[in-house]
Amino acid sequence: MEALIALLIGVLTMCGVYLSLRNRTFSVVLGLTFLSYAVNLFLFAMGRLTIGAPPILDNSATNYADPLPQALVLTAIVISFAMTAYVIVLALKSRADLGNDHVDGKEDD
Amino acid sequence: MSHLITSPVLIPLLAGIVLLMVRDQNISAKRAISIVSLLMQLACALLLLKTVGTGDILTYALGNWPAPYGIVLVADRLATWILTITALLAIFAFTYATLNTDRAGRHFHVLFQLQLFGLNGAFLTGDLFNLFVFFEILLLASYGLMLHGGGRLRTKASLHFVVINLAGSTVFLFAVGALYGVVGTLNMADLAQKIANVPAENVVLVKAAGLLLFSVFALKAALLPLYLWLPAGYAQTSAPVAALFTIMTKVGAYSILRVYSLIYGSNAGASAHLIERWLLPLALASLIVGVIGVLGSKHLRVQIAYLVVASVGTLFVAFGINSTQSISAGLYYLPHTTFASAALFLLADAIANRRGAVADKLDAGPVIASPRLLGGIFLVLAMLVAGLPPFSGFLGKLMLLKSAVNHTAMPWVMGVVLVSGLLTMIAMARTGSLLFYKANAAYIEELSSHKVRVAPFAKTDARELVSIIGLLSLCLMMTIWAEPIIVFTQATAEQLFNPMQYINAVLSQS
Repeated sequence: MEALIALLIGVLTMCGVYLSLRNRTFSVVLGLTFLSYAVNLFLFAMGRLTIGAPPILDNSATNYADPLPQALVLTAIVISFAMTAYVIVLALKSRADLGNDHVDGKEDD
Repeated sequence: MSHLITSPVLIPLLAGIVLLMVRDQNISAKRAISIVSLLMQLACALLLLKTVGTGDILTYALGNWPAPYGIVLVADRLATWILTITALLAIFAFTYATLNTDRAGRHFHVLFQLQLFGLNGAFLTGDLFNLFVFFEILLLASYGLMLHGGGRLRTKASLHFVVINLAGSTVFLFAVGALYGVVGTLNMADLAQKIANVPAENVVLVKAAGLLLFSVFALKAALLPLYLWLPAGYAQTSAPVAALFTIMTKVGAYSILRVYSLIYGSNAGASAHLIERWLLPLALASLIVGVIGVLGSKHLRVQIAYLVVASVGTLFVAFGINSTQSISAGLYYLPHTTFASAALFLLADAIANRRGAVADKLDAGPVIASPRLLGGIFLVLAMLVAGLPPFSGFLGKLMLLKSAVNHTAMPWVMGVVLVSGLLTMIAMARTGSLLFYKANAAYIEELSSHKVRVAPFAKTDARELVSIIGLLSLCLMMTIWAEPIIVFTQATAEQLFNPMQYINAVLSQS
């Protein structure tokens, strides 16, 4: 499972980096979204991968999942969600103000 | 446990919420609430400064959760010093904004308060993840502020600023995650204590996380090669916002100082002195690039933005030498450069408003109204930023150079700092003569035929002068009371070199 998660985070990051280096605002927004997915998974995995273990006190439990990364990742998701919403609106605004969706506001010659 | 330490965080937050409920038409009420909030923040910052001036470190456990488990706010000398600088800067930037900027769009006042909420929180927090959260708050507010008023170029600059900062936030989270995964804590004092005991096979992860953090803070601070967002962004946004943003680069500087003196300081075992090799060369390179930008700018506001890049370079030269004297010099130079560049941004706007269509283009334009007053202010500010005696810029650079005497990179530091000072002086002299001594013949004809005098803003407004001269006199006061300030910054630097005091203050309070 560890290898699979690591591979998943790697692929997501790779896509994110590639897309955010593109020259259209839409791909950049997609790229940033992929990057935030990757980092959220990464944060979550940093509490180690545990199956079937409760994150809060339970008298019958023998093993626990680390609850802190879950709290961290929740905060990170909320923040990245808000930021994505903002950057989408900004991309639309720049499309309206600059007349095209190139990140520099001008078409390539 | 004193609740005073939460006030710099709570006051702007509450003021922001209250401001949201005031109707947009009621601009005087909004201004009144904002200014009361700003004055209260200044009062609290000064009170804190007095309290920590004795050498104590105040801590506050939020929700009364004991230190390594809950989030703590920590006020030591460094944090309160920057809090005070922020509060002073915000008051004058806000005074200028009440001229007309705050009416250019909705929610300016709310965003301004939230920006301060984020800034103050970032300076006070003792938790790495909480630092990330406060970074996001101040960034979200700054995205709004930067775009405030609208316009094509502003939108373009904002898009770049937002995208690069979002990428930076992602890197920050990767670093925080990696540190938590290895060390198992995010409280900075606890991290500092545990980082030395990290098993050898994980040291490389801790180092990678530290370098990732460095790249994020360098991005915020606009250190080479991550400064490209700054000139366009600061030059395109409105003047009071640009003035307030001069403290934003210092957030990066503060974070670097905090994290690499505390967590990756000399007690960090295998990962100690992590960025020492990188900081000084990058700082010198930033200084050089900044000065080249200053020389090559075609617009006054772009030129000032490059002055900010150069000043960040100088600041990090001080931090890069990494001795008590040099950090003390850097902490003296920090408010000086913040106030001086903020005053220049405001002055550039005042000048641009008086030059009609030429605005801030560095070209012969119309004769400026009240040239003696504005020219006089420009002269003093130019001397401040170029570091000419007898002003604070000179004192800061003098102390910096004195601290570099015994350093191995001494010739580099001396050469780059002195030559960049000279080049800044040349650039500022050229700008001043273009703006104040040279007028376009076409405009002079117009003037003599009494058709047009000057742009709409010909009369000097009291608020305009109060904000610019206020910031300028802060620099002059720093010159006059240099000794008590240096005693304080020296003590601050010594406190930074003794991280055990911080660690004990945070971890023993429960």
